[in-house]
Amino acid sequence: MWLFILRRVASTVPVMLIVAIVIFAMLRLTPGDPAVVIAGDQATAEQIARIRASLGLDLPIHEQFLTWIIQILHGDLGTSIFTNMPVSTLIGQRLEPTLLLTLTTVIFSVSVAVPLGVWAAWRAGSWTDRLIMMFSVLGFSFPVFVLGYVLIYQFGLTLKWLPTQGYKSPFTDPLGFASTIVMPTITLGMIYIALVTRITRASMLEVLGEDYIRTARAKGQIERKVLFRHALKNAAVPIATIIGIGIALLIGGAVVTETVFNIPGLGRLVVDAILRRDYPIIQGLILVFSFTYIIINMLIDIAYTMLDPRIRY
Amino acid sequence: MTLSRRDILAGTAATAAAATLPAGTAKAQAKRNVLKVVPHANLQILDPIWTTGYISRNHGYMIYDTLFALDNNLKPQPQMVENLDVSADRLKYTMTLRDGLAWHDGTDVTAEDCVASLQRWGKRDGMGQRLFAVTDKLEADGKKTISLTLKRPYGVVLDSIGKISSNVPFMMPKRVAETPADKQIEDTTGSGPFMFNKANWKPGNLAIYEKFKAYAPRKEAVSSAAGGKIAKVDRVEWYTMDANTAMNALMSGEIDYWEQVTPDLIDLVKKAPGVKVENLDPTGNMGWARFNHLVAPTNNPMVRQAIMKACNQEDFLKTAIGNPEYYKVCKSIYPCGTTYETDAGYVNQNVADAKTLLQQSGYKGEELVILQPTDHPVLNPFCQVMAEQLRAIGMNVKLQAMDWSTVLQRRASKDPTDKGGWNMFCTWWIGGDTVNPLTGVGFGATGEKGWFGWASDEQAVKLQDEFANAGSPADAKKAATALQERLYANGHYVNMGMFFVPVGYRDNVRGMIKSPVQFFWNMEVV
Repeated sequence: MWLFILRRVASTVPVMLIVAIVIFAMLRLTPGDPAVVIAGDQATAEQIARIRASLGLDLPIHEQFLTWIIQILHGDLGTSIFTNMPVSTLIGQRLEPTLLLTLTTVIFSVSVAVPLGVWAAWRAGSWTDRLIMMFSVLGFSFPVFVLGYVLIYQFGLTLKWLPTQGYKSPFTDPLGFASTIVMPTITLGMIYIALVTRITRASMLEVLGEDYIRTARAKGQIERKVLFRHALKNAAVPIATIIGIGIALLIGGAVVTETVFNIPGLGRLVVDAILRRDYPIIQGLILVFSFTYIIINMLIDIAYTMLDPRIRY
Repeated sequence: MTLSRRDILAGTAATAAAATLPAGTAKAQAKRNVLKVVPHANLQILDPIWTTGYISRNHGYMIYDTLFALDNNLKPQPQMVENLDVSADRLKYTMTLRDGLAWHDGTDVTAEDCVASLQRWGKRDGMGQRLFAVTDKLEADGKKTISLTLKRPYGVVLDSIGKISSNVPFMMPKRVAETPADKQIEDTTGSGPFMFNKANWKPGNLAIYEKFKAYAPRKEAVSSAAGGKIAKVDRVEWYTMDANTAMNALMSGEIDYWEQVTPDLIDLVKKAPGVKVENLDPTGNMGWARFNHLVAPTNNPMVRQAIMKACNQEDFLKTAIGNPEYYKVCKSIYPCGTTYETDAGYVNQNVADAKTLLQQSGYKGEELVILQPTDHPVLNPFCQVMAEQLRAIGMNVKLQAMDWSTVLQRRASKDPTDKGGWNMFCTWWIGGDTVNPLTGVGFGATGEKGWFGWASDEQAVKLQDEFANAGSPADAKKAATALQERLYANGHYVNMGMFFVPVGYRDNVRGMIKSPVQFFWNMEVV
């Protein structure tokens, strides 16, 4: 196992290098120039050229790449072209909202979706199953922003129970955190509930037909134990995979929810940076996202060995 | 089991509701000294000299002060200056600073600081560059006196130093102003009515300004950028958010003030209880469709004239803005209602003439490329209407869809259209930027050294100089009018009219200032 972990950690180096080269090349090939955004609408070409030179953007691409890679090797993600702040500081500011929103969404989604999926599989073909699957399709099809605005309209503007936007840290304002995180969690959770429910159902259906389930029932095991102790445990590998991938996607991909609810997370940071062509932020964030993906995938693989002792690396 | 789950759910909902209510109450109490604002853009750059971005300019007004400032009539009035003495030959300007001016770090504002600030501004700003071109000497004469000596009389010295929009000559401490003009400053010490709380700045989310208690405002009543700047709240918080989110936050009372209500949301915001929508900007915004004077077919003056004749200003405004309350057909290149407004030389729509002119120009169906920023709520429809109006006279129009950042980059290209070049792009200026022939960078006609589109016209340059050197208001007006005629005759750009973007605010907010620029002094939450 340790060898596997070491191997996986070591494999991150070439993967990160490839990601670094690709993202650097893609950004330089994409139209747009931070110097023109900085200079503003009134600037002349001459002024823009001076800003470009002061930012080092007029240097040959390979020189810019080398400078950046050397910075990365020193643990420095660079400095934002616009705000003049270290990229690591900007990411640090945005990490907490993103991680906590991810956490609440995953807890909410899994605690709703897994029982629903088990229930649907247990009652496969019944109206309960069809109802759950119908809601699951709805969850997939309902645009996140529409659900967000419906919740805001109902609970923020009409009932005035919850604030319509914003984020409060649980470390300074726990109640504020609770009130600001509810609607984004539900909004973001819907699609994951749909996804995890379907995967759970499909996985459970496969397992419920196995001999050992029949044996457990024949032994007189109560149905709840059959479902959750025998079936669900054996159906857990694909469910864990989809939950893990969900976490990775949520960390970088909650842009719409963050925008609708004005949550200052990483998703908005990357979109703002792309719109302004703030290269160091985009590059730094993509590296962080890639690293997160690799680590989460590794954790999923490790989780497999716990969920299914037959799996060995 | 079912019962306990319900209990848990009910308990959770009650906790959430209870959690919100005290928070809301506390918020309402704290609000008296805090003004929560959604500005028009995300503050990313803290140096208003390094960039011409309007949001950085507004940030500048929060924390810096100016020597002179424009009043409601767009006339320069002393701001940090107490006394101004102009020599009889109009060559020497002696400015004495007011008593009590201090930097946010507690040290006194000195003439040396102001000289360094003006010099840095003069390296970046167009009007500043013109002023320094006629400047013989700028020096500190003692602790409080600034002395400006010119090589020849120059008509717009105070208009330049009192410029209301980007780049505004903000005064900074000497140590900050000595930063090279092409490098962004890092120290945000100013002497304005608010101090920037840099430690808690979260770009893309929150910028906080604290009241500068030692600020000594002028005694005169506030008048646009001039007059007494009295900070009536202890703290102004700028929140960055999407337009729909800002609307919801304003309606629910989570924010007090939204600087720019987007045209599509005005009606919704107006209907909300406790919310008001008002236009505070007398000079509005001027819509432009800029020609590329270097690239075919718009390098042909007759083609440009034909395009101008094909356009109907109201069509642009109706489509992009909709509500006539927020737009105005304006035939002047200067904002309507301001000193130099005139209809002289305006090209009225005449489709038949446009077609004839296009034929005479030798146009043979070459592709005309318009850069279309699809992420901009006003410029996007401007471009679409433009394309339709040009197709109506038989032009082969290609709308190239892209984001605004890409437009900004693409417009720098002087290549032909088949190699990434362009013929037209739509843009806008705030009225404050186009109030006279010199403030409008786009009015320049210095060819390839000038602004994008690179119009070249010696006569127009001469008229700008005439305006700058005008000895009387009548001479200035004459030069401004002649420049407008010249720009229209030469097909400088298509004037797409004047539009206004109103502010939205809770009905307990008072003290808004009517001005082309958003200011937050004098405002309070009652």
